[in-house]
Amino acid sequence: MQKTLKKYLVIFTVPTLIAFSFAFIIPFVMGLYLSFCEFATVKNAKFVGLQNYITAFSGNQKFLSALLFTTAFTVVGIITINIFAFGIALLLTKKIKGTNIFRTVFFMPNLIGGIVLGYTWQQMINAVLLKYETTIVTNAKFGFWGLVLLMNWQMIGYMMIIYIAGLQNVPTELTEAAKIDGATSWQTLTKVTIPMVMPSITICMFLTLSNCFKLFDQNKALTNGAPMNKTEMLALNIYNTFYGKPGFEGVGQAKAVVFFLIVAGIALLQLRLTRSKEVEQ
Amino acid sequence: MRTKEHSNKKLGNVVIFCFLCVLTVVFLYPLFFILNNSFKGKFFISADPFSLPNAETFVGGTNYINGLMKTGLFSAIGWSFFITIVSVVLIILFTSMTAYYITRVKSKYSSILYYMFTFSMIVPFQMVMFTMTSLADTFHLRTPWGMCILYLGFGAGLSVFMFSGFVKSIPLEIEEAAMIDGCNPLQTYFGVVFPILKPTAITVAILNAMWVWNDFLLPYLVIGISTDYKTIPVVVQMLVGSNGNKDMGALMAMLVLSIIPIVIFYLTCQKYIIEGMVAGAVKG
Repeated sequence: MQKTLKKYLVIFTVPTLIAFSFAFIIPFVMGLYLSFCEFATVKNAKFVGLQNYITAFSGNQKFLSALLFTTAFTVVGIITINIFAFGIALLLTKKIKGTNIFRTVFFMPNLIGGIVLGYTWQQMINAVLLKYETTIVTNAKFGFWGLVLLMNWQMIGYMMIIYIAGLQNVPTELTEAAKIDGATSWQTLTKVTIPMVMPSITICMFLTLSNCFKLFDQNKALTNGAPMNKTEMLALNIYNTFYGKPGFEGVGQAKAVVFFLIVAGIALLQLRLTRSKEVEQ
Repeated sequence: MRTKEHSNKKLGNVVIFCFLCVLTVVFLYPLFFILNNSFKGKFFISADPFSLPNAETFVGGTNYINGLMKTGLFSAIGWSFFITIVSVVLIILFTSMTAYYITRVKSKYSSILYYMFTFSMIVPFQMVMFTMTSLADTFHLRTPWGMCILYLGFGAGLSVFMFSGFVKSIPLEIEEAAMIDGCNPLQTYFGVVFPILKPTAITVAILNAMWVWNDFLLPYLVIGISTDYKTIPVVVQMLVGSNGNKDMGALMAMLVLSIIPIVIFYLTCQKYIIEGMVAGAVKG
């Protein structure tokens, strides 16, 4: 059977492969090479070695401050989103009336696109700040917490669904046995339930991590980096280097490579963690 | 003793129920906020954004008409539908075929493809953003059809990965029987294998549809703002991003209109969407 199928290689794989080459393979290879070049358009590139990478990390590029802001936001985002999502998932697995309706509502924001969400929240936060005669773009703290609020609103429902699936797989015999042995509900939660849903926790942690770290649309819509690029995250910083500073395209590409290496590092870490967990079980 | 515990539990459930109701209001409020303000005159919104419209501030559908006239959101909704549907159909058709081939035919070519698709999943868009845009320019892909081809390329990673995971679990005997009956590989694939892949196809379709529909940066860079092919996120960005005096009322109305299609889609296919998102999270 393999042999007959092999003759159909072109029909089965080439359409995907062509599109994949245009969208990914060629741009990726070109991007790697161009990160070592000075260029304004792809056709007139001049090799400059590591110069772009050195420039990328200089102070006035704001790349390091964007990395710092992104990291701080990601840490706060992971903690808050997962605590709230897990808490709500616990409540929704208690067989309360209307569970399905609650689930539907909490999950909904997750489907709305980042740009639309960003502007919706910008309008609302500005409406509140108006009472203090200011706006979200005047203070980096507003931008930071606004972004945290927005991402919580958007991602809690998604993580909640994954936690609910995990919690429903915990055998009730285990929690009941713990109760009979005289464990308090806190002890049951921390000693029985949480260890049992550890795989879901890992998934949610990494999902929030990568979603927060790579955030672009919401960042662009909510503050667009204001004031003075203080709320600019990595993806937006790279975008602004490419399209906002003529002559710095090479630096933008170098930043993009660094960004890629960090994201790939996170993904490999996740792969190793989930693999080793699977072996333990 | 027992009844006391029972009534305690009942009381606890009532408290939780009330808490969840409050939370529901909190979750729905942002959507209510823009809906509410979309019916107010543009000069009244900033003055008192939290009150309900009254006789003085209520303007009916004016904001919606203004917004639609100014931004061409109608055509944007059309193009969003077009690009999303065509892209998803292309993705389902071609990536499932590719996944089938590289799972069934064991060769160097297959494994190189598989590793490249998997690898592309961890590369952030910013890495290929600039070079991809100029490549699209060179090959005249800056059209709605070109966008669909690019989406096929970008969606290939996750989709091939998910399909091939499922193909592995299909027993070979079924296909062999079809082959012995005289089917060629294409007939075998569409007659026998693809129907079995349907649940995965639904998941992949939903994941990609949500992504393409909401995607902002790719259409913004590739199609741009000066053409007639703008999608919804691009129009929303243009409306707000443009400096000068903003029409807040029209903005609110446009935000409402861009959210409505996705909410309708969600409420009708909720079960599939939630299942699909969970499956995508666990595998991706």
